[in-house]
Amino acid sequence: MSPTDTAVAPATSARARNGRRAPLLPVPGLTRPAKVKRITTAERVFESGLRVVFVRRPSVPMVEVRLRLPFLSAKSHHLSRSSLLSDTILTGTAQHDRNSLAIALQELGGGLSVGLDADRLLLSASALSTALPDLLGIFAEVLTSASYPKNEVAGERGRLIERITLAKSQPGVIANEALGQRMAPGHPYGTSLPPISEVEATTAAQLRSLHANLVRPDEALLVIVGDVTPARALDSAERALAGWTGAQANREVPALPGLDMGPLLIVDRPGSVQTSLRFGGHALPRSDEGYPALQLANLAFGGMFSSRWVENIREDKGYTYSPRSSLDHSTLASSFTASADVATEVTAPAVLETLYELGRISSLPITQAELDLVRQYAIGTMSLSISTQAGLASTLSGLLGAGLDLEWLTRHRDRLAAVTLEQVADVAAEFLAPRKLVAVAVGDADRISSRLSGLVDITVQGA
Amino acid sequence: MSASRGAAALRAPSFELVHHTLRNGLRVVVAPDRSAPVVGVAVLYDVGFRSEPLGRTGFAHLFEHLMFQGSANLEKLEHFRYVQASGGMFNGSTHLDYTNYFEVLPSNAFERGLFLEADRMRSPRITEENLDNQISVVKEEIRVNVLNRPYGGFPWLVLPPVLFDTFPNAHNGYGGFEDLQNATAEDASAFFDSYYAPANAVLGVAGDVDADQAIELIEQHFGGIRRRKKPPRQNFGEPMLSAERRETVTDALAPMPAVALGYRVPNPGDDLHSYLANVLLAEILSDGDASRLQRSLVQSKRLVTDISAYLGTFGDPLEERDPTRLNITAHYSDQSATEKVLSAVDAELDRLATSGTEPGELDRVRTKFAATIFRELDQVLNRSLEFAKFEMLFGRASLILGLPTLLAEITDDDIRLAAARLVPASRAVVELIPGASA
Repeated sequence: MSPTDTAVAPATSARARNGRRAPLLPVPGLTRPAKVKRITTAERVFESGLRVVFVRRPSVPMVEVRLRLPFLSAKSHHLSRSSLLSDTILTGTAQHDRNSLAIALQELGGGLSVGLDADRLLLSASALSTALPDLLGIFAEVLTSASYPKNEVAGERGRLIERITLAKSQPGVIANEALGQRMAPGHPYGTSLPPISEVEATTAAQLRSLHANLVRPDEALLVIVGDVTPARALDSAERALAGWTGAQANREVPALPGLDMGPLLIVDRPGSVQTSLRFGGHALPRSDEGYPALQLANLAFGGMFSSRWVENIREDKGYTYSPRSSLDHSTLASSFTASADVATEVTAPAVLETLYELGRISSLPITQAELDLVRQYAIGTMSLSISTQAGLASTLSGLLGAGLDLEWLTRHRDRLAAVTLEQVADVAAEFLAPRKLVAVAVGDADRISSRLSGLVDITVQGA
Repeated sequence: MSASRGAAALRAPSFELVHHTLRNGLRVVVAPDRSAPVVGVAVLYDVGFRSEPLGRTGFAHLFEHLMFQGSANLEKLEHFRYVQASGGMFNGSTHLDYTNYFEVLPSNAFERGLFLEADRMRSPRITEENLDNQISVVKEEIRVNVLNRPYGGFPWLVLPPVLFDTFPNAHNGYGGFEDLQNATAEDASAFFDSYYAPANAVLGVAGDVDADQAIELIEQHFGGIRRRKKPPRQNFGEPMLSAERRETVTDALAPMPAVALGYRVPNPGDDLHSYLANVLLAEILSDGDASRLQRSLVQSKRLVTDISAYLGTFGDPLEERDPTRLNITAHYSDQSATEKVLSAVDAELDRLATSGTEPGELDRVRTKFAATIFRELDQVLNRSLEFAKFEMLFGRASLILGLPTLLAEITDDDIRLAAARLVPASRAVVELIPGASA
């Protein structure tokens, strides 16, 4: 820790040379907020069950496409198979090999990527807006005839194993995996890294079978945003995807276990110059009437730069660079997490300050000034998140996937505006109290255990 | 499905750009767009870590942190609070040749954003206490991004000292802990005096503003800042390499080997055409599954887990003056394969140099590149940053809108020539030896 010294240096030289202190200028107030423009969506549900939602946004001559497929499953080997599926779904179709498929996409000024989490498989694409029909044609081809060529599957299997090895060497990944095991032990939500032995045993035939079972339109959601007309977008989609049919096989959605409470888990990482701290617990879903208050409580605690935790352990103490807390929403549950990577030698004081701030916000009300700050931040950043084609497409896909819509987002301003200090205090007490949370610390156990054990119960897991 | 577009340039979205220069020398670019009620405000200063003094590595970045610690009319923490209480977001970042500070705000906070930027351009509040606090924060930033993670700083911190010889180009831009610890408030005041003059800055504004009103407000808030001398721009040029340079670094945390190749490239300021050929060449080499290195080294030979080719330090090909570089980095599982990886890269470059591109290859790569620019410009904050950056580095904010046209002028011969210059004798190679067991 660096010594601190409260001596103030001779202001800045610009002022020093002026030889006088300039009179204080007032910070300008806010002018009248612009009226919120209503976003109009066009929607169609195809015969196959595929739901398509479109928003016209002609800001740049591009178009964004998001196709979301529910993918949560309790089946054994699901994570390894779905991970490898997402790495190989674009490596060949009935008409194109991997190379010609990639060429076709580039010609459209396009990109297509595949993302996977425990809840969903997400195909995200963008292209020049004039190329939307061609882009949707590529979607249709992949969805109906991805071929999972044996040699491509073999190559990607090897790469996936190497990438898992690389990921497991990252302290942030180790910490998130350890936290996941505490928050959802044994559940798909608890991990994002498949066991290497399972990946090794995954075959092309298994991927084709998984594709046939789950890459189906009946529960799928297609979002299109960009510089095209609604009729053109919806008609193009209907024409292109007419041949994609069928229903998903039963996915046996696994029940979510409770938190694995217990002492702070130290995952030993000998020689680590920092400790990766993670705290986590349950939270309210966005549809809950208490959610807006919890959203504001999280912001006041550590969900933005001007929050108690960040101002304390970064701007006052200098223990860490990027502490942040957040609320995340999955299909089965919502969660609160707080993360900070702190210098090894200040691990115990950083935990002390964290417990202090969690304890303070869960036992004492925040101030009216804090409430005004976090409320304004929450409302303002909401419009920023939907100010681009790509941001709007992703936000809309996420909302619709959770059973919400843009109307929910519009009305959320009013819900945030109505939150009271008392409501924030109530949800903070319920969800942010230190004893409601699980905690992990990835770091050098020899150097951090003793001091930490003076503050909380600990348990140490070997490297 | 094929949609070949020929060599015609794609038309970029049109943005009205209004230019203005204040009497104190501050250059302003305003790009009004009333479609969404948000505004981006970006101030770029023409100083990056290439200009920091000997014995003060990391100082440009540390100073960037200090610019958030209060100013003439604002106490510590107030800058952040005013932005966030307006419903906005902020950040800053330090690059090789410039440092940026920015906010994206609901447009009803536009004037407030201008005030916040003007106040710290007038006089940041540099105290020993804030300095000590931010030295600690920056040390944690370096630990989390470099020292505590495998491949931290690879290759941006390990390649320059091999590829370059002079302190400005070769040194560690994050800084050594000792240099950071030795930094004083006097250093900070001197750095501010030298480099943070209004005449050494560009203000970019984009989004929901009226251009005339915006310029009036800008005059009101920035006009009173005293004119100071614009520092002369240093020439950082170094002779091209004449022989290949090799170095190894050991990464105790890494489970697998990696290699980084750095090639010297033409000066983007003098010869933008040749430089842009290198930009497209990097795309031909590694953008997407149809690119040369992906096809050869990843898919066909299965030599590497991943490989990428890009220009500049942080992946933005148009943010550095001369000298800059083309990087190729790869991770792979077998340490003894390094030479095979290098020969496979050389073989692909040689194939391009001798046979040129395939039919359609150059067109689709530039179509994709132009589309990527359009997508970036959709974000109001990016517009304020990009227009200011192009104004600062190329003297022309509108250059970014003209890139599709300039890219359309790149020929197959240009690509062949660019590839032919990427020979072993013009590169530095840094091999990363893993110290952790996989």
